[in-house]
Amino acid sequence: MTIILALAIGGLFGFVLHRVGAGNPQNLINMLRLQDLHLAKVILFAIGSSSLVLFILLATGLINESHISIKAAYSGVIFGGLIFGIGFAIAGYCPGTCLVGFGGGRKDALFFVLGGLVGAIIFTLSYSWINSTFPSLFEGIAGGKTTIADTGIEKFGGMMDSIPALAVAAVIAVVFMLGAWKLPKRFNV
Amino acid sequence: MEIRWNWLKSGMVLGTVFLIAVILVKPIGVSTQFVIFDGMVWNLFSEDVVSEDSSSKTGYTSNNEYLNKSGGKYAKNIENPINYGFLFVIAMIGGGLISSKLQNSKISSDDKEAPKVFRESGHNKRYIVTFIGGILVLFGARLAGGCTSGHMMSGMMQTSLSGYLFAFGTFAAAIPVAIFFYRNSSKGEA
Repeated sequence: MTIILALAIGGLFGFVLHRVGAGNPQNLINMLRLQDLHLAKVILFAIGSSSLVLFILLATGLINESHISIKAAYSGVIFGGLIFGIGFAIAGYCPGTCLVGFGGGRKDALFFVLGGLVGAIIFTLSYSWINSTFPSLFEGIAGGKTTIADTGIEKFGGMMDSIPALAVAAVIAVVFMLGAWKLPKRFNV
Repeated sequence: MEIRWNWLKSGMVLGTVFLIAVILVKPIGVSTQFVIFDGMVWNLFSEDVVSEDSSSKTGYTSNNEYLNKSGGKYAKNIENPINYGFLFVIAMIGGGLISSKLQNSKISSDDKEAPKVFRESGHNKRYIVTFIGGILVLFGARLAGGCTSGHMMSGMMQTSLSGYLFAFGTFAAAIPVAIFFYRNSSKGEA
């Protein structure tokens, strides 16, 4: 069953990423150059709408709470994001979209995948050194595994746990969806 | 020219896929699997990368500190290639392939080598740039503990603080770098 779900959801995710234009590095580069904000609108709307439904499911108990998984916040997330951003900007691919671009027949995506495998092994081999030299990089911020809207799950912290989670999530979701709607398709600068 | 759904349809369908994943299994994530694949290759050539160990939480251990994290979780997946996370990303390649085969218009052979914004520099330079880009992206993603899928999409869907930090770091670097790196490229349509 796990195997069927992996193939079905993974296949669907790849198909959808391709159809929204995320497998084409031109779309990503032009988003980052602020020339074509199509994908920015897509991402904002996808996050906002899915977040709203997720917190409705959490509030009504219709989702298995063990499926919720919160990643830790630490300063390495920001530094990693900065390094990630440089590569993302010059290549126009990220770890998921390069696979989709490759599946769609793009040769440059294959070079990105190969570079990615090299980057991943460099990190794997240097982790021990990074962790012992800069231990503060991995120290949790605001408790580490923390969300803004409280999930109500004990092992995860909530930054706004005094306000009903659905209300917090709904405000965030509306801001994201409005942002998606109002953001111009392109800037004429 | 590839099919591109309009932004509203795209956003709704993409959001639905992220929801389906968390309802049925767990939030979508991709970048870990680059480490798992490297580990599988490494495991072919080395005896001590992954070993069974009944005292570890997952039953596996690694002599590499990173692969040994979280009770040998990565080590276990390296030893058992037929696992959810790994098959998921392999299936993504298939999803991209099926989508491209089911559309009437094909991408040009030029476009397969380099997107329009990069066309003038030639495809060899493009391959070098994407290779270096791949190194930076996966190193950064592993330092951050996730990528666009895990941190930005799945993370911000759950309103994770880490997702917001990652998005901040990524765009703070990516926007100025993209504007500078492609400053001489035309404003061409996708």
